[in-house]
Amino acid sequence: MMPPQTPLVDIAGLNIAFRTPSGLVPAVRGVSLTVGREKLGIVGESGSGKSLTARAILRLLPRTAVVTADRLAFDGTDVLRATERTMRTIRGRRAGLILQDPKHALNPVMTAGAQIAEAWRMHKGGTAHQAAAAAVDLLAQVLIRDPARVAGAYPHELSGGMGQRVMIAMMLAPDPELLIADEPTSALDATVQAEILRLIEDLVSRRGMGLLLISHDLPLVGHFCDRVAVMYAGQIVEEVAAADLARAQHPYTRGLLDCMPSLLHPRDRLPVLARDPAWLL
Amino acid sequence: MIDISNLRVRFGPTEVVHGISLTVPRGGSFGLVGESGSGKSTVLRALSGLNSKWTGVMRVDGVTLTPHRSRDFYRRVQMVFQDPYGSLHPRQTVDQALSEPLIVHGLAGHDARIARALADVALPGALRFRYPHQLSGGQRQRVAIARALMAGPEVLLLDEPTSALDVSVQAEVLNLLRALQVERGLTYLLVSHNLAVVAHLCPTVAVMQAGTLVETLSSDDLRAGRATHPYTAGLRALAVELA
Repeated sequence: MMPPQTPLVDIAGLNIAFRTPSGLVPAVRGVSLTVGREKLGIVGESGSGKSLTARAILRLLPRTAVVTADRLAFDGTDVLRATERTMRTIRGRRAGLILQDPKHALNPVMTAGAQIAEAWRMHKGGTAHQAAAAAVDLLAQVLIRDPARVAGAYPHELSGGMGQRVMIAMMLAPDPELLIADEPTSALDATVQAEILRLIEDLVSRRGMGLLLISHDLPLVGHFCDRVAVMYAGQIVEEVAAADLARAQHPYTRGLLDCMPSLLHPRDRLPVLARDPAWLL
Repeated sequence: MIDISNLRVRFGPTEVVHGISLTVPRGGSFGLVGESGSGKSTVLRALSGLNSKWTGVMRVDGVTLTPHRSRDFYRRVQMVFQDPYGSLHPRQTVDQALSEPLIVHGLAGHDARIARALADVALPGALRFRYPHQLSGGQRQRVAIARALMAGPEVLLLDEPTSALDVSVQAEVLNLLRALQVERGLTYLLVSHNLAVVAHLCPTVAVMQAGTLVETLSSDDLRAGRATHPYTAGLRALAVELA
């Protein structure tokens, strides 16, 4: 029998609200979820609270956010009470974060190789020479054909897909246990999107990491994750195994699946999502 | 209605559109798909008059277009952009945004026209004096569509009109675009990277790759997998697999 494992991420009753001149505005309400060494997708429309939930794990929320939770733990560490020093050992080192647009997330005045080397050295130490060699090796791991050339290139000299590979290489440098990918391919073309997601899936499986994939694209998440949590207005309305996505129960999940135009099943009018106020309760 | 033949566009020394030809009948819709950098938006911008550095022949309603366009051209051909947050002036209310085309084209009866335009795109009249940041993404795109319709155009150039929207809002905007086309007999030229969106709105689809039209086919053929070019077949396979 396998020994019982602490989940990488354990969230119970997470609430996030924002202080505004007109009072507290709730953004995430009573979210509970766990992530082990598996692939969990969080899906929802813009403003549903999916990114906030992920950022709360790394305590990367703006100062105006008020976070409360019954439990918010990363591998047993209480994130709400952890010191800043402890959080720094989690962020980047044990949990990597991949953002949507590499154009904004990479430093425009540093070469790709220098940025990856910096991340590697920050977490692993070693000489500049070793770090530079590690950077090239990491670029090869994200399936860049000419890693030495790309290491010497600046972000503006790289395509979107290439930039995202550099981001992933940088996040892999410290061998994290969890990868949080927040809309990692929304800015990319369909062919590149599939390549990047396959790459993430492969790396996560091979290294035995946990993956938290955040996206607005329900079918896409269903394709690459084991489980899918669907968020609506700050709450998880449904959690299903990805294989059962087509049999999802909640009317919101059904609505999201139905309102997309389909290449194989043309319709004259697309069904429009009728939002039931009862979903907010 | 739209007739483009051998259109070439260059940016400095680099040619980015290598002689493409397409025809859109009056009241029809034509979809242009391709990945970023394939030149699909560049074609739209040359046609709309936003870029005058092109060669070839472009006709709208039989009239050959020159780099300089008449005011009447800009009344008859309107464009809707991807990101309504970028295409609406942040310090203009909806009312001001919708008034501009009326002023430019010297049309009278602002009040009634704006009220009707809002009703046409199913926006409540209460939004008329709001600013773009007070609207949701879907509402902003409706305002952008309403503005394009203000001067009574015959052709709408749609550049990724739903790519920045959530799928539920995308469904509403696609339904709206289809209803407006039937009501007003508009001609659409739609650019998108999403095959399903293009096939939903357009009976004919052209696929661009690296500045060339590799294939023009009917949506039915695309749906049924009767594409002849491997690039089209690849795009279709991805769209089907990840849907």
